[in-house]
Amino acid sequence: METAIRKNTGWRLFIQTILGRAYPRVVGMSREKSWLFFDIFLPMLSVSAYVFVYRAIGAPEEYIGFVVVGGAMTAFWMNILWSMSSQLYWEKETGNLALYIMSPTNLMAVLLGSLAFKVQYALGSFWQLLLVFFLAMTALYGMGMMTASLFLLLSREAWHIANLAQEPIYLVAGFYFPIKSFNFWVAAAASIIPLTLGLDAMRQLVFPSGPALGFLNVRVEIFILSGLAVLFITAARILLRKMERLAIREGRLTESRR
Amino acid sequence: MNLRSFRTAAWLGWKIESNWTDPFLFAVYSIIKPLAGAAILVVMYSVITKGDFAAPLFPYIYLGNAFYMYVGAVMTGVSWAIIDDREHYRTLKYMYVAPIRIPLYLIGRAVARFLTGSFSVLITIVFGALFLHVPIEAAQVDWLLFSVSLLMGVVLLALMGLTLAGVTLLLARHSDYLGDAVAGGLYLFSGAVFPLDVLPAWLRPIGYAMPITYWLELLRRSLVGSVAQAFPTLANLSNGQLLAILGGMIALAAVVAVITFRWCDHQARERGYIDRTTNY
Repeated sequence: METAIRKNTGWRLFIQTILGRAYPRVVGMSREKSWLFFDIFLPMLSVSAYVFVYRAIGAPEEYIGFVVVGGAMTAFWMNILWSMSSQLYWEKETGNLALYIMSPTNLMAVLLGSLAFKVQYALGSFWQLLLVFFLAMTALYGMGMMTASLFLLLSREAWHIANLAQEPIYLVAGFYFPIKSFNFWVAAAASIIPLTLGLDAMRQLVFPSGPALGFLNVRVEIFILSGLAVLFITAARILLRKMERLAIREGRLTESRR
Repeated sequence: MNLRSFRTAAWLGWKIESNWTDPFLFAVYSIIKPLAGAAILVVMYSVITKGDFAAPLFPYIYLGNAFYMYVGAVMTGVSWAIIDDREHYRTLKYMYVAPIRIPLYLIGRAVARFLTGSFSVLITIVFGALFLHVPIEAAQVDWLLFSVSLLMGVVLLALMGLTLAGVTLLLARHSDYLGDAVAGGLYLFSGAVFPLDVLPAWLRPIGYAMPITYWLELLRRSLVGSVAQAFPTLANLSNGQLLAILGGMIALAAVVAVITFRWCDHQARERGYIDRTTNY
């Protein structure tokens, strides 16, 4: 006698996909915990080095706080780059991508599932801080999904592009210094990366001298972040579908140009 | 067989690193990343000191950061080959059954990263000398000391990379570029971007125990001796003493690398890790 299998659809399938994709990651990470050392402890030491650079040049103490906040946010950017954007490339190389496409689910859910337990979150108590954090993360992960769709078409260059998008982004988004240090137009252009305004707003809300070093008013930054969140999530949805169709049409889903 | 393993691995590594795009894009890629990394420190320094690039601390930071690029490049080059071959190309088991020496193969795979790293270091230093007043004058440079120090440093980093490669044989692929992560961690203790005296007293012994500290000091002294000696940390040591300390540490690193790699390699064979794929 056959056992009846309950087939989910809609949001239930979406959630089921996230959990299903996250499952092997969670199991893998709990089986072998070297990531605690390599992904958490060592990056903390690396960020600490920037703290001591500021100490060496006699910077005011709040700059050290700026580095700590910026350093914590690098975890999210790395998460976007390696666990989301380049994820579809890695899935393609390991042969899983075609299986995901064949299954009756959504690539956005696959991407969200691939993120599980890869980030240490640090939230403040202030409601505005929470709002900024939430909006920045929503926009950022929307951006990650959007760029993942481009990675669907790429081959080995995806790896190098993700690698390239580290230091230049740390620089233009002001991870280790106030973005106001750049001229207005450079800072405005950098604001397309949600972490730029997210970091700037969080620093303004957390540090006493933050508002003086802030790029824009926090309310304006919250407004722009809301717009970016909507824009990136919508664009991700459209682009993932388009790129999936294009990749199928051009036969790139199982391609492996090694 | 040793030389053949090394040479073939170096050729393979170069193909993997460079042939994903056309030479122009590859050159742009090789320039943007290191310059952006250096620019972070330049902006940080400039914001606080109002652009006082003439102070001796600036070339200290700038050159230390530039040469530190070798640490991540070489260590990653050696250790990443394990993950790349085992989980991406799935060829590590074939390498193991081929008539090659695995440690030399792994070191050979790092040659490409060493070359691209050298390009990055060169670009960064030239940019600093041309636009940021880093006081390097070709006539003042102690080229012999520079060449010897650089060579010793590359050997040291290859040995550290081999140690990490051994450890990587036993690890799952949780993250990419473990070499960069380890280099990032050691960045704090090596005096690369600030004198060791800035560290709390209880952390300084770690810096003194690290060969990279002495290597960077030698490179700074060879390029801009006056700047390097403006900081008291290692000022009481002569160049000869620094070379002797570095040489001793390289010998120790070689012993550690050989023992660690052999042990990890044996463990990986016993546990069946050579052809495993992790972290789907």
